Order: sequence, then C-alpha cells, then structure tokens
Amino acid sequence: MIPKTSILLLMLALANPVAAEDPFIIVASTTSTENSGLFAHILPIFEQKTHIRVRVIAAGTGQAIRLAINGDADVLLVHHRASEEAFVAKGYGVQRHDLMYNDFVVIGPRKDPANIAAMDGAAAALTNIANAETPFVSRGDDSGTHKKELSLWRAAGTDPNKASGAWYQEVGASMGAALNTAAVMNAYTLSDRGTWLAFANRGDLVILSKGDPKLLNPYGVILVSQNKHPHVKTELGQRFIDWLTGPEGQTAIASFTINGEQAFFPSAQ
Amino acid sequence: MSDFSSALWAAFSLVIQLDSDLAEIVFLSLKVSLIAVSGAALIGMPLGAALALFRFRGRASMVVLLNALMGLPPVVVGLAVYLVLSRSGPLGVFGLLFTPTAMIIAQLILVTPIIAALTRQVIDDLWREYEEQFRSLGAGPGQRITALLWDGRFSLATAVLAGFGRASAEVGAVMIVGGNIDHVTRVMTTAIALEVSKGDLALALGLGIILITLSLAINGVSYVINEKARENHG
Repeated sequence: MIPKTSILLLMLALANPVAAEDPFIIVASTTSTENSGLFAHILPIFEQKTHIRVRVIAAGTGQAIRLAINGDADVLLVHHRASEEAFVAKGYGVQRHDLMYNDFVVIGPRKDPANIAAMDGAAAALTNIANAETPFVSRGDDSGTHKKELSLWRAAGTDPNKASGAWYQEVGASMGAALNTAAVMNAYTLSDRGTWLAFANRGDLVILSKGDPKLLNPYGVILVSQNKHPHVKTELGQRFIDWLTGPEGQTAIASFTINGEQAFFPSAQ
Repeated sequence: MSDFSSALWAAFSLVIQLDSDLAEIVFLSLKVSLIAVSGAALIGMPLGAALALFRFRGRASMVVLLNALMGLPPVVVGLAVYLVLSRSGPLGVFGLLFTPTAMIIAQLILVTPIIAALTRQVIDDLWREYEEQFRSLGAGPGQRITALLWDGRFSLATAVLAGFGRASAEVGAVMIVGGNIDHVTRVMTTAIALEVSKGDLALALGLGIILITLSLAINGVSYVINEKARENHG
C-alpha cells in the first residue's frame, strides 16, 4: 500500500499552481461589503495600481473577527465599533481607522401590519413589532447587523428572545439568507443598506423605517498585529489600508452606486 | 414557474457566452474534486479491500465505523480542517488555509470513507465467491488484494463516482476552508450559495443546472467506458 503521507505530498504539489503570482493579502470582511458589490468595484482599482491581490473572506463580523484573532487574515474590515475597539485593545489589531458608513434600515411587508412607518425612530418601530407580535427575522449569527439589532431591542426595552421561535425568528444566517426568509414569511427584519440595495429577491418587502441616528452603520479597517501573528503581511496590509483611507480609496468608495444610489459614504480622517 | 424558466435562461446564456469567470469556477470545481477523489481512491480502495479480506480483532467495529463515516457532515469536517490549518492550529505554518489545497484535504476526508466502505462491500462479495480458488492457489495477501480489486473494477467505478458526487456537490466544507475567494477558491457550490445570499435566485439555479449537467456528463462518459471495457473482457 502506498503510504498516505506520500499521497498527500503529491497532492500538495499538484494543487498549488497559483503560488508564484502577484503577492496577496487576506481581508476578513463582512457579507455586506461583498454582497453589495463594493469590493468588486474598488478592488480592481487597487490591484491594478499596486499589483497586490486582495483575497476577501466574507463572513459575519463575529466570524471575521474570529478569523483575524486566529491570524487567518492580514486586514480586518467590519462594522461593529465596540468589537473593533476591543480587538485593538486586546492587542490583536494595530489601530482602528474610520473607513466609511451608511445606515441600517428596517425592512418589512408593504402593508406594514405593525404600522411602524408612522413611528418616530427605530426603537419605537421595534416596540410596535413586538406589541403586534408580527414575524421578525433576526440574523442570530453574532454579525455586526445582529449586534446592532440587539442594541435596538435594548433601546426599545424589549427582550425578543422570550418570543424566539414564535414571532421572533432567529435564522442564524447571512444578511441575504435572512432577507430571503423575510421575503417568504412577509416578515420584518433589519438590514444594512448596501445589501438591501443590491438584493434581488425582495418579494413584497420595502424600507419602512430609516434615518434614526441610532441606525448609523460605520465601517472600520484594522491591520492585524504582527505581535500576535508574526506571519501577518504588515507592509502589504498597511498599503491597502493607506490606499483605502487615502483620497483614491475614498473616492472609489464614494463612486460606487447601486441602481444610481450611493451605497457607502467615505469617512476616513 | 417563472423562476425556473429564468434559471434555464441564465444557465443557457452563461454557457453560450463562454463566460470566463464561469469557466474558471467550473475548472476549479473539477480540479479540486477530481484530485480529492483520486487521492481518496488510492487510500480507500486498499483500505476497504484489506478490511474485507483480513480477520483481526476490532474488525467489526472498524466496518461499522467506516460505514458511519460515510455520513460525515461536511460542515463539521470543514470546521475540523479549519482548526488544523488555521494559523493558530497545528499545521498553520504551512499557510494552506483558504487555498484549493485546503479544499482538497477536506473533500479527501469526506470521500475516503465512502470509497473505502463501498470497496469493502464489493470485495467482501467477491471474496465469498472466490475464497476457495484463492486458498487452493495459495495467493498471498498482497496478491489477493490486487487481484480482487482488479476483478471488481467495474463495480468499484461506481464507488468512485459516488465519491465524486459527494465531493462536487458539497458546500459546507469548502466554504469554511476555502473561503469562497473570487478567482482563488470559488467553486460551483460556493458560487451558488453566494448568489442565493444576493437574492439572485435565477442565476443561482442556473449555476445549479450547469453543475448537475456536468455531473450527468461525467457519469454518462464513465458508464460508456465501463460498458465498453466490460464487452472487451466479457
């Protein structure tokens, strides 16, 4: 019998034809930046200029931070400020930079059975949903959007987990999957604007509540610290961050539109 | 029905345009799954044959274990391979995470038990048939394994195809260890998952139709080859 190790070695040799190309970095990011099409718009500009390839892993913010803590990414680009600051404070990240923002919107069926469109602010809208016990789809996946949703429930003074499985449905999935579920159930949900704008399977769903300052959705970018993981590509990662937060990157972000609507607003200082 | 017709249209136009992104994704899917299945066959067939032919303590439990491992959940295998290949894991220094190699390793783990378990069954049946002859010829263990594997090759082709089906259809493991990186580790199944999460159900289903067609083609070709070979050896 052929030893297993030699087979594995043979396969490793066969399987790596991409090795000798351009240098690359791995960016752990959120599904909203990937699914909205932002990366497909801005990365080619950066790659063409620097010949540094950017490999994006799109996951929920919680999972993306986990990847970065394990040293499996060079740069972290997510949207939950408190978690980002904790990441830097624990020494996993070098420094957090403001990058861009947009906002969250409360999505729901056009008929609006809980009558949230008339309410002033997101907390009041959620209170109405809880009182009417109309279906609400929660990400339930420790993503940036999920964390934001939980903070809105706290602001509304409601604990939706008591109704988990009843009108409060935790799907434990990406924004797109949650929107697909909400479209079928004609349920309310919270979405970042980027994913919503690019989302094709809307069914009868529309934006019902927006504009509350609590719904602000800021994105930050952080270089993973070499102190915890010596293999991190500090120089390449820093060049990417410098570009993103510099005039060229900020212009590229501002020029990205979905159906004519600007999806992200640059905010680097 | 409109979703199905637009899915068919999406599949058709992708193929007609010879979409280069699609070609890249199809090629990577085939490459990853074919290498994984070849490796799994090299390991699984001798293993399955040995389990069928040799009597030793704990053999029954090994057979049960192997049969149970056919149902390994891909997402669990993906997670385990992630933990091993992660920079914080035991093999992190090799930097294999988020590469096609990582995907091949995950699929190899998923497919090897399938090929080994099905091989064991095939060889076990053959052995019952030919046991007397082998004993009278005084064939050694190595000779028995090679002779029976060769003799059962037509049935074993089905075991390999079952393994290939499992590898090319699974999404849970390759999503975790490959990361679905555009142009690097994006394969058919992860591309479908991505389109679903964008809400583009027609394109997702269109990609699904292409994946099923490919699988159909591979199974058709191997059926024809198998039949020809059977005739020649009939």
